[in-house]
Amino acid sequence: MNPAPPLLSVRDLHVSFAMDEGLVRAVDGASFDVLPGQTVGIVGESGCGKSVTMKAILQLVEQPGRIASGEILFRRRTGPAATDGEEVVDLARLPSRGVEMRAIRGAEIALIPQEPMAAFSPVHTVGDQIVEALQLHGRQWRTDGGPLSRKDARQITVDLFRDVGISMPEQRIDAYSWQLSGGLRQRAMIAMALSCKPRLLIADEPTTAIDVTTQAQVLGLLRELQRKYGTAIIFITHDLGVIAQMASYVVVMYLGRIMEEGPVDDIFHAPKHPYTRALLRSIPSLYGRARVALPVITGSLPHPFNRPAGCPFHPRCGDVIPGMCTTRVPSLQNIAARQQASCFLYHDKADPA
Amino acid sequence: MTRYIIQRLLLLPFLLVLFSIVVFAIVQAPPGDFLTAYVATLASSGSSISAEHIAALRHEYGLDQPMAVQYLRWMQNLLSGNLGLSLEYQRPNAELIGEQLTLTIALALLSFVLTWVIAVPAGIYSATHQRSFFDYLFTVINYVGVATPNFLLALVLMWLAFAYFDVGITGLFSSEYANAPWSLGRVIDLLKHIWLPALVLGIAGTARLSRVMRANLLDELNKPYVMTARAKGLSEWRLVLRYPVRLAFNPLVSTIGWYLPALFSGSLIVATVMNLPNIGPLLLRALVNQDMYLAGSILLIYCFLTIIGTLISDVLLAWIDPRIRMEN
Amino acid sequence: MVAVAPDTSAAEDRVSVASNWTLVWWRFRKHRLALFSAGILICLYAVVIAPDFFSTQDPELTDARQAFIPVQTLHLFDEGGFKPWVPGIVGKRNSVTLRMEWTTDPARKAYVGFFVQGYPYRILGLFETRTHLIGPVEANQRIFLLGSDRLGRDQWSRIMHGTQTSMTIGLVAVTLSVLLGVLLGGISGYYGGLPDQIIQRMIELLQSVPTIPIWLALSAALPRDWTPQQVFFAITVILSLVGWTTLGREVRGRFLALREEDFVLAADLAGASRTRIIMRHMVPTFLSHIIATSSLAIPVMIINETSLSFLGLGIRPPAISWGVLLQEAQNIQTLALAPWLLIPGLLVIVAVLAFNLVGDGLRDASDPYSH
Repeated sequence: MNPAPPLLSVRDLHVSFAMDEGLVRAVDGASFDVLPGQTVGIVGESGCGKSVTMKAILQLVEQPGRIASGEILFRRRTGPAATDGEEVVDLARLPSRGVEMRAIRGAEIALIPQEPMAAFSPVHTVGDQIVEALQLHGRQWRTDGGPLSRKDARQITVDLFRDVGISMPEQRIDAYSWQLSGGLRQRAMIAMALSCKPRLLIADEPTTAIDVTTQAQVLGLLRELQRKYGTAIIFITHDLGVIAQMASYVVVMYLGRIMEEGPVDDIFHAPKHPYTRALLRSIPSLYGRARVALPVITGSLPHPFNRPAGCPFHPRCGDVIPGMCTTRVPSLQNIAARQQASCFLYHDKADPA
Repeated sequence: MTRYIIQRLLLLPFLLVLFSIVVFAIVQAPPGDFLTAYVATLASSGSSISAEHIAALRHEYGLDQPMAVQYLRWMQNLLSGNLGLSLEYQRPNAELIGEQLTLTIALALLSFVLTWVIAVPAGIYSATHQRSFFDYLFTVINYVGVATPNFLLALVLMWLAFAYFDVGITGLFSSEYANAPWSLGRVIDLLKHIWLPALVLGIAGTARLSRVMRANLLDELNKPYVMTARAKGLSEWRLVLRYPVRLAFNPLVSTIGWYLPALFSGSLIVATVMNLPNIGPLLLRALVNQDMYLAGSILLIYCFLTIIGTLISDVLLAWIDPRIRMEN
Repeated sequence: MVAVAPDTSAAEDRVSVASNWTLVWWRFRKHRLALFSAGILICLYAVVIAPDFFSTQDPELTDARQAFIPVQTLHLFDEGGFKPWVPGIVGKRNSVTLRMEWTTDPARKAYVGFFVQGYPYRILGLFETRTHLIGPVEANQRIFLLGSDRLGRDQWSRIMHGTQTSMTIGLVAVTLSVLLGVLLGGISGYYGGLPDQIIQRMIELLQSVPTIPIWLALSAALPRDWTPQQVFFAITVILSLVGWTTLGREVRGRFLALREEDFVLAADLAGASRTRIIMRHMVPTFLSHIIATSSLAIPVMIINETSLSFLGLGIRPPAISWGVLLQEAQNIQTLALAPWLLIPGLLVIVAVLAFNLVGDGLRDASDPYSH
């Protein structure tokens, strides 16, 4: 369909946490691609492994967690100029604290964290923290590879602030994060993420902690900036409404496994996996009948130490096939032209246990 | 914040007056006065003194006046910068206290510096290398350090030095410098001697502080801003020093408020055991001999140092934490 | 997996119905070191109840001819079986220094027995007995398990009695502090307004007092003709005078926070009385925390008492405390001659360590949000 090779390609990623109580497989065989300039939404309930996947891509999984297996293939630039070439690296193989990984973090892949309140250090000014990132990856701005002066970095920061719609950028740059409103803080965070011209932006529930009107503004800003800079975005959220607005491709996760993925229209209009269908049913709609209880997914999210055998969703699934879903784990297979699902309703291929 | 500090400074004289009353009440509380204690000492050494002579002395020192008058006289003198006369030494208190006070403050401050220089890196190491060998080692040292009374540690060190190395580690000066005027040689001699008592004095504080640092830093390391900084591509040690350590410092600075005063008054015990020139042993002796103006003056100095210590911590905290600095 | 599920849910049920104290105990149990330390404290308090039972000699028995006898190491086995003994001590006066020099003579054994008859004493002042846990089999022999001091008094027995004083003073002083702290902190936090203002100023004032010098001055002010009991009580009061402020602040803070909680409002709306709200709803939420804080305050009191007594301004002889015992070790020459005089210091460290470990364990266990 798309001739361009993927910017990021996650292949059979496994991330596990060795806890005192046992091994928790937080991400259990995730595979998906992100094309250049595309927005991929990862959606799921809390604890489904979407945030851990994001941390794995940045090699920021904390002890006692580790990337157990799988590949995270990323196409990085070999130089700042447009004419410079590209090469594919497996991020899963790079040492977490090594120079190579650090050159990718911030410069090639940037992060917009969940809580803008806590994501800035309260004792450093916002500008200070952005200038630091700029000076660290100065070569993104200076084609000659020289270091970026503090003065230049500051000017770039002011311009960035103006870009993300912060009024009075010269003053705001010297403010502390707790002096800014929630919306401004998130805008500053976006400015920081974009400061080194990354090709991939990971937005981890960037709008959960801010109020609804600001939410819409921030989402609009992100779309606008994406058009302007051509950045690819991985958008992590539990909010299907936000996904529908932002993403062109959707990955649905549940208990560390990918249940279904495909283009946004197919997922929303023709969901295949019972979990996706259940999720979509539970969105309140303007056109729904009044005074009718919203359908909910029955049962509750199992404890991570208590993963059900077979398909992780089977205890809560309405279409469970006894003997099949309870014992074997369905693998992710093509079930339509551009849609994949891991469900025995559509195929009988299981993952090796 | 500035307003708060000015308020505190304005409050200082009132506090000192209040303390002076309390201090005076305490030092004159023991039954009898300096002269009864003096007579008792004389009697135990076999000599005696005539009753008329005592009465004359009592009148001369004003010990026959009512309490309130004695207090007011003391205060009057204090306000004119006169700390009064030591009844025992028959010398001005200011002269007695003078150099000893300098050395007391020097000992406490050096101890403070040593504490921070040791505790902060140890705490950082422990937190960033949780459950490593050195983390456990530091933890063990910390527990034992907190559990060992200062005087006991001093005693053990002195005993070891004496019994196994045949050296005395008491005092702050070698004999040739003990009563010499200040000179470069004397300062160097002081530095050669003062570090051990400073270390002894600071051991419990060092242990406590490094535990505070470790706990704070562990808290901070889990905060989202650390992840943000990592996602920027900062190197790990630079990141840790620049962000979480910087933030873990704030609660540490607020410990100065109790730690500095604790060092001032704690030096009393170490100084007594190690026989250091310090206002502590002077106070001890004055208390036993009921040399009340000397004891009162020293106690008041301790009060003053305590208040100053707390004030310094408030100012520092406001200085390093913008959240406090920018209040109101 | 199916078989496991009911099991785990049963365990979950057990957790969800367990009382707060049971939960605290379960969590505390996991701290091995804290549990071990609690055992040590129980042993020490057993000594507190009946120090004479653990003594081998009357702690006041002096004998100038038996001064500075070194530690007689307890051996457990003899003649191929369990038969504890200590080696005999032979003294010879050094003709140059004129000091007695003691050497052990393993050939002369003094056998040691358990539950032997010795000097008479009263347990808790109630009933008289002569039974001692440990002592020489032959009643007229004297054994010095931890050596003797300059007056020939048995250090082992004196340490037992010192333990009684020092451990009690810590406990009593902290109990007083807790009572004062909870009462005044509670009033301050619950009622607010003027009482709060007064108590807050009082705490601030007390906290800006240089503790050790003021303690010394207060102790020096105690009349010299007071009985050991009076001095003991006075020292306890002096120690707790400053100790309560920290706790008072904490309790006030808790009350202020809890006052805003919904469950307090709910209790209020349900018509519960003030006393009932405080005692049944508010206090239980931080009681375990107070207990943990107090167990961390006891060792501080012990160190303070020991330091005061060591300087000669705390507990006064003939009363015995660890600090009083350590006074014997003040002179370095003496110490070089008789290093065993430092043993009481070891006990101070052990007791303080044990309290700190138990306190830390309790604090962790009482935090409802840790796991």
